[in-house]
Amino acid sequence: MPLSVNEQKKTGQMREVWHRLVRNKTAMVGLIVISLLILMSVFAPLIVSYDSVRETNAEEKYQPPSAEHPFGTDDMGRDYFARIVYGGRASLSIGFICVAVAMSIGLILGASAAYFSGAADSIIMRIMDVLSCIPSILLALVIVAALGPGLVNLIIAITISTVPTFTRVIRASVLPIVGQDFIEAARACGTRHPRIVLRHILPNAMGPIIVQATMALSQIIIAAAGLSFIGMGIQPPAPEWGAMLSNARTYIMTSPYLIIFPGIFIVLAALSLNLLGDGLRDALDPRLRD
Amino acid sequence: MSEPLLRIEDLWVRYQTERATNYAVNGVSLSLDKGENLGLVGETGAGKTTVALSILRLLPQKTGIVDRGSIWFDGQELLSLSQSDMRAIRGNKISMIFQDPMTSLNPVLTVGEQIAEVIMLHSSKTQKHEVQQRVDEILQMVGIPAARKQEYPHQFSGGMKQRVVIAIAIACNPMLLIADEPTTALDVTIQAQVLEMMDALKRTLQTSMLLITHDLGIVAQMCDKVAIMYSGEIVEYGRVEDVFEATERHPYTQGLFGSIPSLTGNVRRLNPIGGQMTDPANLPAGCKFHPRCPKCMERCKTEEPAVVDRTGHRIKCHLYT
Repeated sequence: MPLSVNEQKKTGQMREVWHRLVRNKTAMVGLIVISLLILMSVFAPLIVSYDSVRETNAEEKYQPPSAEHPFGTDDMGRDYFARIVYGGRASLSIGFICVAVAMSIGLILGASAAYFSGAADSIIMRIMDVLSCIPSILLALVIVAALGPGLVNLIIAITISTVPTFTRVIRASVLPIVGQDFIEAARACGTRHPRIVLRHILPNAMGPIIVQATMALSQIIIAAAGLSFIGMGIQPPAPEWGAMLSNARTYIMTSPYLIIFPGIFIVLAALSLNLLGDGLRDALDPRLRD
Repeated sequence: MSEPLLRIEDLWVRYQTERATNYAVNGVSLSLDKGENLGLVGETGAGKTTVALSILRLLPQKTGIVDRGSIWFDGQELLSLSQSDMRAIRGNKISMIFQDPMTSLNPVLTVGEQIAEVIMLHSSKTQKHEVQQRVDEILQMVGIPAARKQEYPHQFSGGMKQRVVIAIAIACNPMLLIADEPTTALDVTIQAQVLEMMDALKRTLQTSMLLITHDLGIVAQMCDKVAIMYSGEIVEYGRVEDVFEATERHPYTQGLFGSIPSLTGNVRRLNPIGGQMTDPANLPAGCKFHPRCPKCMERCKTEEPAVVDRTGHRIKCHLYT
């Protein structure tokens, strides 16, 4: 009996967070849009077949949007709608995986730098300084060039070039919390270092980290696009939003829809995640509760 | 006589920074029996908190250095224990109540979670409902309805927060409770409530307490023994009755009593102790209190006074040698 009461309370808390999120209209818009984009990518084969992504058709080049081709056709006569749908798979997975990995590494490095200070701090942050000396796109480019092009190597390269920003943001938001009295109190209770960092410090530092994650996601999609464009990322004919965008700029005067559609989807993904991230930050902060 | 619960012997602590060396604690010895309350009194900067942090080994890692001395607790020498052995003691056998309840609770965890954390760290209770039961019990002991355990610290008032802090401190039935000015951040009526509650809890739990304060009134109300600290030394030590009623007192203690407004006597002005606390980076020779002492003699300026023991009432002053 006491266990079930306890379980109820835990789910009750999650429900409370959910309620606050639902009340936040902009966050809900973000949640709905990003969910639709994810569903679209996951269930892409149910929407269009992959054949229409690859099949070139010289007779149907540069067709404007029509009933047959909702988003028109590209410079090789391929159905642009199908390419957008399948392109989401690559773009979103690169975005989410890179953010998740870079954030995890950043959390470990940034939090330990701030928490242990001294030598650990100096070593970690100087390495990050060196990494951030090199422009991130150049760094990613060098890594891909060394490892060879491909989806996995692209993800590794972008992750490495994103880690320094995450580490800095996380270190900066952890620093003021390390000095708080409740951390000292936790130590006086005999709490171990990892537990102090994970349970007492990070939940208090989540705000800026969530915002940074949502911003990094859109930057990563664009960066992946850039690398794909110069042939270091997704290999043609596989579609990817950023690569499509870059590719379409040649035809911006003659077929502007080619650049508009992938652009809209990149913006939708980035914006919806930003809105959702903002809402989540507010919903998760117990201090803003009434 | 049996071994006291806590025995500090000749403890010397300094804070070493690049600019200066601050001698915060200079040869403190004290002992505390089971179930006893010891009041540690002194002005700001006398080294009271440093003594408390030394017991828990929570001095700032790089700057706080223990030069000499030993701290015996329950048959163990704390200063030579490993970090992990020390962690097992913190919060379990010795726990600390911090000065400011506003900042010593984590704002993003519920009060119940924070109490449960200490219990899970130190007890064999691993079943969730067992832990929760204990949390309810403890909250009731400090006079908070168990239903409020799902609330967050900001939903509590200052006095209630201090009750929560106390609840965390007593969660594992500690043998020694270190209370670092537990009521300074609270207003007077709440102060009385909290002290009363601590006193009652102490009696039921049979806990010893080291109460750090600068309020002699609280000491008279709560403590069995009192130690007066000045400049990192204990200048007077003894049973509360002895110190409060003795005719022979250290001039500093005399000064402290002179700074308390009296309800009965017709006193127009209080008699504060003149001058400033000595700079811990630049301690005077001889008796450390001599620059401010109204009864200062020539030998006080050069010769460090010995401790005079009058059947347990110890005074460190040349006046009585």
